[in-house]
Amino acid sequence: MTNQIIFLATLLVTLLAFGYTIRRFVGFFSITRAGFPVRQIGRRIGVMLEVAIGQTKIFRRPVMGFLHALVFWGFCVILIGSVEMVIDGLTGKERVLSFLGVVYDIIMASGDVFALIITLAIIVFLARRVFLNVKRFSGIEMKHISHLDANVALTMILLLMLSLLGMNVFYVQATLQAGHEIAGYYPVGRLLASWIDTDAHTSEVLYQVNWWMHILLIFIFANYLPYSKHFHVFMSVPNVFLSRLDPLGKLDTMESITKEVKIMMDPEQAFSSPAEGEGEEEVPERFGILDIEDISWKSYLDSLSCTECGRCTSVCPANITGKKLSPRKIVMDVRARMKEKGPGILKIGKEYTDERSLIRDFISEEELWACTLCNACAQECPININQPALIVGMRRYLVMEESAAPGELNAIFSNIENNGAPWQFSQEDRMLWAEDIVINEKSQ
Amino acid sequence: METSQKKVKVPVIADLFSQGKKPEYLLWVGSAGAFDDRYKHVSRAFVKVLDQLGISYAVLGTEESSSGDVARRAGNEMLFQMQALMNIEIFEGYEVRKILTCDPHAYNTFKNEYPDLGGTYEVIHHTQFLRDRIADDSLKIPGNALAGKTITFHDPCYLGRANREYNAPRQVLEAMSVTRKEMKRNMSFALCCGAGGGQMFKEAEKGEKEVFIERTEEALETGADIIATACPYCMVMITDGLKYKNKEKEVNNYDIAELVAFALDL
Repeated sequence: MTNQIIFLATLLVTLLAFGYTIRRFVGFFSITRAGFPVRQIGRRIGVMLEVAIGQTKIFRRPVMGFLHALVFWGFCVILIGSVEMVIDGLTGKERVLSFLGVVYDIIMASGDVFALIITLAIIVFLARRVFLNVKRFSGIEMKHISHLDANVALTMILLLMLSLLGMNVFYVQATLQAGHEIAGYYPVGRLLASWIDTDAHTSEVLYQVNWWMHILLIFIFANYLPYSKHFHVFMSVPNVFLSRLDPLGKLDTMESITKEVKIMMDPEQAFSSPAEGEGEEEVPERFGILDIEDISWKSYLDSLSCTECGRCTSVCPANITGKKLSPRKIVMDVRARMKEKGPGILKIGKEYTDERSLIRDFISEEELWACTLCNACAQECPININQPALIVGMRRYLVMEESAAPGELNAIFSNIENNGAPWQFSQEDRMLWAEDIVINEKSQ
Repeated sequence: METSQKKVKVPVIADLFSQGKKPEYLLWVGSAGAFDDRYKHVSRAFVKVLDQLGISYAVLGTEESSSGDVARRAGNEMLFQMQALMNIEIFEGYEVRKILTCDPHAYNTFKNEYPDLGGTYEVIHHTQFLRDRIADDSLKIPGNALAGKTITFHDPCYLGRANREYNAPRQVLEAMSVTRKEMKRNMSFALCCGAGGGQMFKEAEKGEKEVFIERTEEALETGADIIATACPYCMVMITDGLKYKNKEKEVNNYDIAELVAFALDL
């Protein structure tokens, strides 16, 4: 009974803390702009099964991709065991799901084996970060805190797995010593148990210690994640489900611009349509992205799902050739800026300003203009983050609100306006290329 | 066998309409196709092939304007939409249903972006068109013209990643008896030529290297005699890259349409 009460109290504290965090994020999402509507649920489930559950995009780097896939699939199986632990903890029973019989054996056996596999994978991940100089993990955006965050999260996962293995070993040991029947099957647990020699009491105590350690680590981990890049663990599957389904080449059409252009092209329409909300001039929405309140909910979700793996930056032609642009930095800056400005907007409202903005204080114009819109970053992202949408959004602000494009681009804009081509050639000369074309004809 | 020369007249859609005729395809030449000295040769090669195949097509001629693609990607949504709405009006006037183009950027914006503004067409990239003609046997490429050549294909971003068309250009190359070699980064992994998103028209930002040099070096590593492209931007960049590496004499840069025209000895 005491155990149940302690467990319930811990669970409540966990849920309360988690609820507070979620409320904060819901608030942040309410600041963002509308993005695309979420339709085509069937197709979305397909994308989720393929990209998230099937881990297809991470396999573009086969070796590390395979290790990540093992960790992910292992997590999914082990999660079932964690749910059982919560039920056990609340009800005071032991292994409530064991009535599933063979299915239970399979789940427990896979969880047991995966715990070992994940342990090994995490050791490889940590070693890569600490001892190897992997280029992908460096860059101007990768500050000390980013590396620390990665290592803390990995260490937590390592401890989670070690406590799970410890739990299994001593469960097997204690149950055998008490002469009871073991619920579930634990190949790794059994093997390790056969190597150690503890008396019945110690086994039971160590089982309890590992059980509590494991569940407490889960609770702590769950509350650490939302403040870490490892929020990825929660957000990536929903982020893939909510992927943009359009081809990578398509940019979103700004409907506010369509309205203006149509009025410009057909002035009569402008006069004939009655002014809406007479007298009241609605404040027009800013064109493009200057600051955090201009981004779409999807871009914010992207930024929360990003785990800073750097695959995007490692394939960016601008970054590869030494330019300042790093797509990963753009995504990380969005998250950081929301953290900085979001609370103020929630408190005071949209008019809140801290005299800073996403463009310039976080992302320089130099970065934005270095992009070739080649979509290599979006193609590479294992969880379908769309970095170009942000870059184009910010370019739109610079061009349409500030006329701040580089001079050469302003020149092509006026050429297109004046003579319908980026170069200064007359539209009348558009057929010169077709003069004097001859082909060789063969006759027998 | 004797060879005589025949003049190719590129039909203009307004002329056809005044004669009460309607072409099956609108050929979108694009600004580079009309004005860029190197890329004009691609337009010329492609209309030769069209002429040889007896395809019913026409161009807009002096009524053609910018598709707006580069304006949009450089952030000028206003200019893009003005161009798009204007073009859609012209397409409507000529009852355009099928658009054929050598430019993956025009292909992408017509196919994926114009529908939002009310213009829906069947859009075909010239490599897809050539592949289909080879498949339906109307285009037969004799194997000797390019025999013994090694070719590597550079994927244009807006044909490849943007629209997942990796096979059409490769299938056209397969139909010629050439040796094909892939670059280290190819298909969805392909490196951009460096010209997209408005870069074609401006100085690159400060860095250690130009993107087009990085890509040209990669193409040269394959040891190919010919670097094949299928996009006006890629053509300009790779041509510059070859000059920069002093390789323009040994290695050539051709569009797929030009290679087909060579192979057909047009």
